[in-house]
Formats: sequence, C-alpha cells, structure tokens
Amino acid sequence: MESETKTHVDQIKSPTGYPVAVLRYEGDIASTSKEAVLGSYEALPRDITKLILLDFTKVDYINSSGIALIIQLLIQAAHSGQTVCIYGLSAHFTKVFTMVGITKYARLFPNQAEALAAL
Amino acid sequence: MSKPKSTTVEVRLPTKMGYEKVAMSTASAVAKLMGFPEDRVEDLKTAVAEACINAIEHGNRLNEKLSVGVVLRADTDTLEVKVIDDGKGITAQPVKPDIDRKMHGDEDARGMGMFLIQALVDEAEWVTGSDGNSSYVRLVIKLNKETE
Repeated sequence: MESETKTHVDQIKSPTGYPVAVLRYEGDIASTSKEAVLGSYEALPRDITKLILLDFTKVDYINSSGIALIIQLLIQAAHSGQTVCIYGLSAHFTKVFTMVGITKYARLFPNQAEALAAL
Repeated sequence: MSKPKSTTVEVRLPTKMGYEKVAMSTASAVAKLMGFPEDRVEDLKTAVAEACINAIEHGNRLNEKLSVGVVLRADTDTLEVKVIDDGKGITAQPVKPDIDRKMHGDEDARGMGMFLIQALVDEAEWVTGSDGNSSYVRLVIKLNKETE
C-alpha cells in the first residue's frame, strides 16, 4: 500500500566548484524506505563525498519512521565529516522537521539553487 | 433551540502498514468540508497517520486478523478523530525527542510518533479500554481556536 521510495543520485558541482551528491527521493518515506534512504547514501563514495543534498521535491508522505531514517543518515554523515542540506520539503514537513530538531544538524532550503548557494 | 447534530464517519482499516493513508484521506476530506485551513488539515493528516501506524504496529501488533477502527465526529467547530485498536493501551506520556541524544546514539532515532500527534492537534488523549483489550487515541482539532 505504501508507495515505494525511489532514489535517484546526481553528481553536480557547487557554485564554488566542489562536487555535490544529490539524493533525489520520490514516493513515500516510511519504514520500508531503508534501502532507498540509507542504502543509496551508503553507496556514495565516502572518500570524495563531502557535500550532500537531500531532495524531497517529489515526496508527498513522510512518517515518523521515515524521519528516523533521515536522522540515521545524518548520524552517519556526521561521523564521516559530511555536510548535509535538505530542500524541497512542503511547508508542513518543513515544520515537522523543525519540530523534531533536524534543523540543528541539516539546514533546510526551499529549492536546489538556494541549497547549493549555501554550500 | 436544539443543538445541531454532529456528523460521524467511520472507517475500518486492515492491520497493514500503508493503510493509514485511507484514514488520512478521510480525515482530510472531513476537515476540508468543515472549513479547516490547509495547514491544519496537513497537521491532522500527519497526526492521524501516526495514530494509525501506532495502532497497526503496536496496538494490533501487525496481526492481520485484527482491524483498526477510525471514527470521525464533526461538530460545529470541532473535529474529533478516534483511532481504536485491540491493544492494551499505553501509560507513558509522549516525550519530546532529543535530537542531540539521537545523533549521539543515546536515544533511538525512532519513537517520535506520539510527540508529533500531541504537537500537531489541539487535544490528544490516550485511553485504555476497561477490559484491557481495546484502546484508543482521541485527537481533536478546533476551528475557532483563538476564541477558546
């Protein structure tokens, strides 16, 4: 019944020329999204991936289990010295992410351009 | 003058992850009919989703022989949603998640459902059935919150 999460990975450059990995999620982010969220992150080459963007533009539904997966991603990124920024959340989920404190460890932006400009 | 009657909508969900979306859609439709603004509708949808997930996963322990009842009651300016399962209920109060503790591995990354429920609606109450085999969470959102 849950819409399967799809993750598309892009490699782009920041305005200052640094490589940035963009994880573009599509569908629902729930307890069944472990492979899509953590698996796709863990597949990134850790030695050269320092800047990561999480794109939620095409995500309609996130529940607390999905948020927990994002937190687990942030934990691993912090241990690896990686910077993670998030963009594309709806106004509602921007509020929810702020309520649970994720903004303390990952900045939220409305779109990719503003997220890249901040890196 | 007689008090306007309330309107009741009932849904029965299978105990399967994902079916909380049916309850979300129903709650959304009723809230919109009542005139709730979009942001409150979204708050309610997330709260209902979390309540149903808790009922499916914890109350009914993913037992597909059981079902989750969702009863919506719309009064003039109040929408009440009850999510009913066959579990023994909970006694612990929702705890605000501590993101620092989660990030340091001192707290489970999961477990934010009850906190979100309480934070997103005007009233949230967890009730254990008297027989110990049926429990519900009651969620309320109010149209004219500022005048309360």
